[in-house]
Amino acid sequence: MPDNVIVRIERCDGPGHPSHWEEFHVDRRPNANVISVLMQIQRNPVTAEGKKTTPPAWDAACLEEVCGSCTMVINGKVRQACSALIDKLTRPITLQPMKKFPLVRDLTVDRQKMFDALKRVRAWVPIDGTYDLGPGPKQSPEVTELRYVLSTCMTCGCCLEVCPQVAPGTAFLGAAAISQVRLFDLHPTGAMNASERLHGLMGEGGVTDCGKAANCVDACPKGIPLTSSIADMARETTKQALKDWFFRDERKGGAGPAG
Amino acid sequence: MAERYVVVGGGLAGLMTVIKLAEAGKHVDVFSIVPVKRSHSVCAQGGINGAVNTKGEGDHPDIHLKDTLKGGDFLAEQPPVKGMCYAAPQIIYLLDRMGVPFNRTSEGLLDFRRFGGTLHHRTAFAGASTGQQLLYALDEQVRRYEHDGLVRKYEYWEYLSFIKDEQGACRGIVALDLRTMEIEAFAADAVCLATGGPGIVYGRSTNSTINTGSANGRSYIDGAIYANAEFVQVHPTAIPGEDKHRLMSESARGEGGRVWVPKQKGDKRRGKDIPENERWYFLEEKYPRYGNLVPRDVGSREIFAVVKDLGMGVEGQDAVYLDVSHIPAAILDRKLGGIMDIYEKFQGVDPRHEPMKIFPAVHYSMGGLWCDYEADAKNDMVAGSPRQQMTNIPGLYAAGECDYAYHGANRLGANSLLSCIYAGMIAGPAMISYARNNMKTKGDVPGSLLAAGKKQWDERFNSIYRMSGPENPYVIGQQMGDLMIKSATVVKHNAQLDVALGEIQGLKESWKRCNVLDTGRTVNQSAAYVNQLWNMLEIAHLILKSSRLRDESRGSHYKPEFVLPKPKTAKPTDDPEFMAAWKARNDRWLRNSMGSWTPEGPRVEFQELQSLKNPILAPEPRHYD
Repeated sequence: MPDNVIVRIERCDGPGHPSHWEEFHVDRRPNANVISVLMQIQRNPVTAEGKKTTPPAWDAACLEEVCGSCTMVINGKVRQACSALIDKLTRPITLQPMKKFPLVRDLTVDRQKMFDALKRVRAWVPIDGTYDLGPGPKQSPEVTELRYVLSTCMTCGCCLEVCPQVAPGTAFLGAAAISQVRLFDLHPTGAMNASERLHGLMGEGGVTDCGKAANCVDACPKGIPLTSSIADMARETTKQALKDWFFRDERKGGAGPAG
Repeated sequence: MAERYVVVGGGLAGLMTVIKLAEAGKHVDVFSIVPVKRSHSVCAQGGINGAVNTKGEGDHPDIHLKDTLKGGDFLAEQPPVKGMCYAAPQIIYLLDRMGVPFNRTSEGLLDFRRFGGTLHHRTAFAGASTGQQLLYALDEQVRRYEHDGLVRKYEYWEYLSFIKDEQGACRGIVALDLRTMEIEAFAADAVCLATGGPGIVYGRSTNSTINTGSANGRSYIDGAIYANAEFVQVHPTAIPGEDKHRLMSESARGEGGRVWVPKQKGDKRRGKDIPENERWYFLEEKYPRYGNLVPRDVGSREIFAVVKDLGMGVEGQDAVYLDVSHIPAAILDRKLGGIMDIYEKFQGVDPRHEPMKIFPAVHYSMGGLWCDYEADAKNDMVAGSPRQQMTNIPGLYAAGECDYAYHGANRLGANSLLSCIYAGMIAGPAMISYARNNMKTKGDVPGSLLAAGKKQWDERFNSIYRMSGPENPYVIGQQMGDLMIKSATVVKHNAQLDVALGEIQGLKESWKRCNVLDTGRTVNQSAAYVNQLWNMLEIAHLILKSSRLRDESRGSHYKPEFVLPKPKTAKPTDDPEFMAAWKARNDRWLRNSMGSWTPEGPRVEFQELQSLKNPILAPEPRHYD
């Protein structure tokens, strides 16, 4: 049937299990994306050879590329399955889980280390409380617009997946967390704690582990200027290191590197 | 022992509840089926309302209150709505202090835009992904508390039910680890459900795949009252899709977007090639004051009338144009960038230069778990009262889209982010008051109660794993969605609802013949889905039943058989005949539908609103001409 779409999915029952490929033939429908193909397979989990199988496991939520859930490797490229339109993909289509994160099952992986990285760099504005304390600080539209772009990071993991410095056993935080430091240091209140965040970027796995391959910026689905963020934060951490050394007497008993 | 708190759901309402609890030094367990940063709040686009009045328009929380009540055709208890509208400016300031990159004026102040159902610039916004930006701000604050050891996250955990003691009070929850499929019971002195709406009951909607409404459905089965289920908002402007319908924010119209169809039926030319004088701007023509910014129920009905009744859809399809191509591209990128990208990415057409093809889609449930409130004689909410946001189950709270409280028969745009945050802000302190008293009288949760809860669910899931019938659960889900779309959206008919009530029974029977598809114990998504599906079927049943019983038209609930006559005067209040009909309708139907589960099906009672005995605003006819 010419109007079939052939999809090959790399399947694995979990860590320690061998992976294998399964092929599915699904109807081609107008405006279909990879998600709608996976939904078709759920409704009829039968392989191309006619063998009954379990529906593949995959993560999804918003389906409009703002939540980051459905990130996977599609035809060898890491991206969101929701915005991967079938008509624009070379067929047969291959679906694989991201490889830089621990596999959970089939197309689902564990991205917890990205959220842990946000803790390490203290990616928040430490407000005094949720009470009625009046308006926030004035900010120029220019700075806000840059902050908005940085703040569209949905922790999807594309930047880590393509980074040569990220591999099992390496500690590199990755571009997403580094760029978040820039986001919060640009905020007038956040700037007051800039040094805490910069300390989070120093030491093992910090910004100096970046190998400048610049794959991250091309892989980012939101067009976040990740390489500029890394360059900026590399400069700022160097300044911070100098400050730490010059003012080491004043810092006695003060804040050490954030961990 | 210290009190224990559980919050289920990590969207705006849930996270705000968590923040309020943690800020008071309380330890909170938060459960979410996805990492909280991926919750459905990310999909909210246009903005958040608050009468900050920065444009010299004389806006005021009282006007916001009136717009909201009128927008919902007065089917909301008034004091919580007043509390929300008065808290709105400080909520926006709070979010600003948290670092939300709101759009700004050249002076560096917050910018505001217009939204539907109001004549004021009242909506603060961060591009066209405001919900995402607000969620991230709360997520960051919660991460800070997590870092400090006050919050523990259970992500990839699904709520199965609340645990009830002999007095009928909630003492904890049972939850499922979606990765290992282990079931565990958790003790709590107060539980807040912030589990969102049931959009997936309609199959395809603007909702995320996670919005099954399953937690609500299960709580309703277990005795929580589900109110105003029949009020489901259909958003006028979405891009129809195979997997979901993608929202095109109301802010597109707030920034000057216009809705039209070609005057010539079936015109084959491309939208951008059709000259101005051959376009029919039907909303602007019919509603000169509000124009394209009529409330959503009105907008969706007008689009349906043009497409379904007159057959004037673009190229004969189920579509009308939403046009922003007359607005300079630089402004579109700055104020609507997020949705411009979505349209371009998913439709392959650049909306900066060509009109978008859109159609209404199921979007939001005004109904939800009934919850209480406590107000003083002046109709001000009593701070810290344990009754705020509490369901009829003592100790069980609801906040966000999963509650029924703020939007009446129709929600105004940019009020949902606000109601989520406000509900969370009052739910947290209410839970603390409740738990403190509860600890004194009841002490720790007995271990036997937890063990019984776990056992019940272990058995339930063991029976699900054994389901080996011929029916595919995802197919049943699709059939349920098709049935709901056909029977309970923009226009409802009693004859059709009667048929649907029969068909939903049939689908429930089909569920019993389900095949679980997968018997494994690692990320068994279909077993989890089989459980969710039953809860969805119960919600669908209730929506149909409540829709069938409410014989009137109000807000999103519209039955052509029961429509008020058109007033003969410009101001409806000047037409005594109309006013008599309007009053008679309100006497009978200005009531909340209160749905309770019974083994034989939903029981629905219509109950008067408490606050109408001493209203802040007397109801008035709703018109936008």
